[in-house]
Amino acid sequence: MHLLGKLTWQAIPFDQPLPLISAAAVIVVALAVLVWVLLKGHVPYLWREWITSVDHKRIGVMYCILAAVMLLRGFIDAIMMRVQQALALHGAGFLRPSHFDQVFSAHGTIMIFFVAMPFVIGLMNLVVPLQLGVRDVAFPTLNSVSFWLTAAGALLVNLSLVVGEFARTGWLPYPPLSELQYSPGVGVDYYCWALQISGIGTLMTGINFVTTILKLRAPGMHYTRMPMFCWTALASNLLIVAAFPILTATLAMLLLDRYVGFHFFTDTAGGNSMMFMNLIWAWGHPEVYILVLPAFGIYSEVVPTFSSKPLFGYRSMIYATMAICLISFMVWLHHFFTMGAGADVNGFFGIMSMIIAVPTGVKIFNWLFTMYGGTVRFTSPLLWSIGFIVSFAIGGMTGVLLAVPPADFQLHNSLFLVAHFHNVIITGVLFAAFAGSTYWFPKAFGFVLDERLGKWAFWLWLIGFWVAWAPGYALGLEGMTRRLQHYDRADWQPMLLVAAAGVLILLVAILVQIAQLVVSIRSREKRRDVTGDPWDGRNLEWATASPPPPFNFAVLPNVTDQEPYWDMKQRAREAGQLQTSEPHYEPIAMPRNSPTGFVCAFFSVITGFSLIWHIWWLVIVGLAGAYATFVVFAWRDHDEALIPAEEVARLDRTNRAARSAAVQRQAVT
Amino acid sequence: MGAGIPCALGLAAALGGIVCCGRAEFEPAGPVSAAERVILFDSLAIMLAIVVPVIVLTIAVAWWFRASNRRARRLPDFVYSGRIELLVWSIPTLVIVFLGGIGWISSHELDPARPLSSRIRPLDIQVVSLDWKWLFIYPDQGIASVNRLVVPVGVPLHLRLTSATVWNVFWVPQLGSMLYCMHGMAGTLYLQADQTGVFPGGSAMISGDGFATMNFDTEAVPAERFASWVREARTGGPALDGATYRGLLRQSMAVKPYTYRSVESGLFEAIVLEKLPPGEGPRNGLPGVRPEGG
Amino acid sequence: MSAPSTALRVGRDPHHVGHGADTGGPEFTGHGGGGPAPKRIVVGYGFWIFILSDVVMFSAFFATYAVLLNARAGGPGPRELFDLHLTAIETACLLLSSFTCGLASMAVGARSLLWTEAALLVTGLLGATFIGIEISEFARLTARGAGPTHSAFLSAFFTLVGCHGVHVSCGILWLGTMMAQFAAKGFRENIRHRYLCFSLFWHALDIIWIGIFSGVYVIGVVTG
Repeated sequence: MHLLGKLTWQAIPFDQPLPLISAAAVIVVALAVLVWVLLKGHVPYLWREWITSVDHKRIGVMYCILAAVMLLRGFIDAIMMRVQQALALHGAGFLRPSHFDQVFSAHGTIMIFFVAMPFVIGLMNLVVPLQLGVRDVAFPTLNSVSFWLTAAGALLVNLSLVVGEFARTGWLPYPPLSELQYSPGVGVDYYCWALQISGIGTLMTGINFVTTILKLRAPGMHYTRMPMFCWTALASNLLIVAAFPILTATLAMLLLDRYVGFHFFTDTAGGNSMMFMNLIWAWGHPEVYILVLPAFGIYSEVVPTFSSKPLFGYRSMIYATMAICLISFMVWLHHFFTMGAGADVNGFFGIMSMIIAVPTGVKIFNWLFTMYGGTVRFTSPLLWSIGFIVSFAIGGMTGVLLAVPPADFQLHNSLFLVAHFHNVIITGVLFAAFAGSTYWFPKAFGFVLDERLGKWAFWLWLIGFWVAWAPGYALGLEGMTRRLQHYDRADWQPMLLVAAAGVLILLVAILVQIAQLVVSIRSREKRRDVTGDPWDGRNLEWATASPPPPFNFAVLPNVTDQEPYWDMKQRAREAGQLQTSEPHYEPIAMPRNSPTGFVCAFFSVITGFSLIWHIWWLVIVGLAGAYATFVVFAWRDHDEALIPAEEVARLDRTNRAARSAAVQRQAVT
Repeated sequence: MGAGIPCALGLAAALGGIVCCGRAEFEPAGPVSAAERVILFDSLAIMLAIVVPVIVLTIAVAWWFRASNRRARRLPDFVYSGRIELLVWSIPTLVIVFLGGIGWISSHELDPARPLSSRIRPLDIQVVSLDWKWLFIYPDQGIASVNRLVVPVGVPLHLRLTSATVWNVFWVPQLGSMLYCMHGMAGTLYLQADQTGVFPGGSAMISGDGFATMNFDTEAVPAERFASWVREARTGGPALDGATYRGLLRQSMAVKPYTYRSVESGLFEAIVLEKLPPGEGPRNGLPGVRPEGG
Repeated sequence: MSAPSTALRVGRDPHHVGHGADTGGPEFTGHGGGGPAPKRIVVGYGFWIFILSDVVMFSAFFATYAVLLNARAGGPGPRELFDLHLTAIETACLLLSSFTCGLASMAVGARSLLWTEAALLVTGLLGATFIGIEISEFARLTARGAGPTHSAFLSAFFTLVGCHGVHVSCGILWLGTMMAQFAAKGFRENIRHRYLCFSLFWHALDIIWIGIFSGVYVIGVVTG
């Protein structure tokens, strides 16, 4: 038995210039960053304040950073795909099939699992405990483990660029193609183990947030006094708890087929590949609602704030959210109408899929009526929201179209389908991520982002998206299927060239966003958010300083109404002074930092890598290390640190002074 | 904001034009695709009737109630209205009830396995997707064709679909519905070509490195021309039996069309019932790239 | 900052929620206004949610088993393979171990280290017996050519039952760790919370086993 399993020097793509150069570039950049951090002496700070942090705010920011970095990686894949397809009439083009297949598989996998999910989870992490008026989530160390396991999965996917290859089967590895016989390389294994590891992290997030939202809220915060973002976070995390175990089970079955010769989905010995379809989409459909429900929640925060008006139809929004949550489990077959299940089955699932458009439509109307009669400020978060409503209406419409089975018989797997889901995910989830990260950026970092560049970024994204994907709808209607490495129809090329141009517009948009960050950080002193409430917000997160102290609130607020902060603020403005007197400051016990998450992820990467390459002794080392990490964590005697009352007082008084000054300035005479 | 809106609207109009009117290659050539096209555009029209006003209203409301508009009447307490709730829940519901009805009825009428209404007896064609080519067996004519489907105009086609290896999807857009080809199973699909022509088709499911080469043309020809094509095919080319089928199983890409002069009877059933082995997948861990022609 | 709205709403109820006035103290009105729950509740609740997620995972394996039940590739089926006597012994071991786990909970409540460790030891031994019998069953089946690589039905059976076995094995590992913790650290609050989670886990595994025992073994042998 070879000491390094299947791993040999041939795993590094020395003979393939494109992956080799990309891998080299990534390694150089990563090393440069690490060396810079080391030389500047930032390591102790990073270790203490970020890597071992169990603070939901820090973890939320790290999730968002992971998402942003992976967005760049996934976007480069997108550029490669669009350029290839623009050029590849009659087989020209620069990516051979084995590479092209890996590129689109990596693109989809990264965008869903390591961009959209972390963005959404990151924003929930940052904001939900603040909005609930509590100090942290239910299980802070588990939260850290969740983040680091997600990062571990991302690392494994990116490692496949350097060592070995990635899956060529698409972002969902349908058998029999993904079985060992037809995908003998390590690509599918990289995919499966990366997702199993990050899937554990996501499941733990689900458990954490369901418990937090249902069991940890400020006194007086009834269910119907929770902000809408918390309701959608609840629905999304319930879906995580109910759906992710199915993914774990399904990938486990595929791995058993590949590693040990089981016959779940093989072509022989009774294997049933249709079972994979059903299982994976029973997870896959709830997954997209896991992404989009918090996105809807973000819009439900941004639109009221920048309309200076409460959310219209709060209770019906709750019903709509929970209806979407429930129905999302009853539609999965619409992903394979063309598998031939018969008219009754297809008809049923088609109808269920259309029904889910009803609560979504209700939400759109409610946002519209929130703006109606309001005082609308066109800040960039609101622009993202309006761009979303307009674009998502079309994306949702194409979804309902696809839900008509005979229409799907001509559109399934075509570029029309691909345009549809890019439509809903980009303008739905990604726009929300941009809106949310702009909106809550000052809360996280204490200064506002440059608005002008933000608006430029929005317009470039909106226009770039439509230039990139309207051709997709057209090409799908013309019969072009997805994932083609080359094609012979000359009349498809003009549209593909337009799509490539769209991607270039998006590239400019992303560069503008990077510029926005750089410019804003450089001029951050001029943009300080002194009071903690830069947007005239309505919910409790704006009652804290920017950034909030580790304990969030010196004293947990007593909630008596929906939008408690808004009422507090209005009363203070009316009176020209803060309504609450300085509280009696007590010491606050906060959970200690812990390296558990980071170390656990380290051992997970070792375990995953060695499973992929069949280095069995290293697998045992990795598993033993992970177990040992937990035992060490369980063995500690002090899991909380006390913040002294004077420290609490100092931090709170600074913020109270700033707010008091602001309130006096805004006093209504 | 000021410059942005007209810019975006102009772009939207241009794109809408491209999508709807730019090219008309999606010309249905048979009853199935014609019916599906009608459903597609009717559903689109119904939904646009809701979606376009919503889009316009959203932009209009946001613009009218902008902070700088002195004429707008501010209603800071307008957070609930029973009438609006009723409207807002019932409009989408009614549309969905209507579309759901269309969906249910059309699912049944256009069920791929449902025979087409025609007085002409259907032509049986057995389809096997391989890595990375298509095998079309004409059991009644006793011939087979690789990567070219020749059919008589006006005759319903009774297609049975399977795969020798991984999943593929048989799709000729101008004729109509696509259907999965899965190993060990035989799907049923009825299509028909009502006009002569050459209609491009391919696979609609990634099946490996040679996936993009799985294109084939469907030639719809008059009945006499079809009969003479069958006669020609019987005169030359290899015979298709278990042994030559195993050769066909080997991975190859960009296979030029050719025909088999005879087909072992029961071959398709043997493939479906797994009496013949599935395709073997890549040798040496790398995909096979040897192109094979007749 | 923008101008404040012209109509100030002080203490209004714009969404017609209108439930119960705030009395300033803990409110258990059933609307969830009682403030953050105590740690024990939070830990237990969170672990329940985890168990629910685990049940979902087992459901996926159950569903797969049901679909693949007849995909035997010409090989043996449940009636030829399952020995209900052994299964009965396994079941008895596991049920009894749940009982002793309950005894351990009582001992924890009484803060008696001796009885806690004793009850946990017996629980662990019963669990290990269960695993031993299961491993011997798997070995027996594999030896007679009915291993998991022989048919889809067998793959599904081995995976469903094996997944439960892996959970029990992890549970035994956890049990050992808990025994060490009680011995080293005594009956501290967070260790008792952890033990609460362990006992929930152990009992849940028992419930899953009852599902497996009935749905796979008994029904399998009866209906063939």
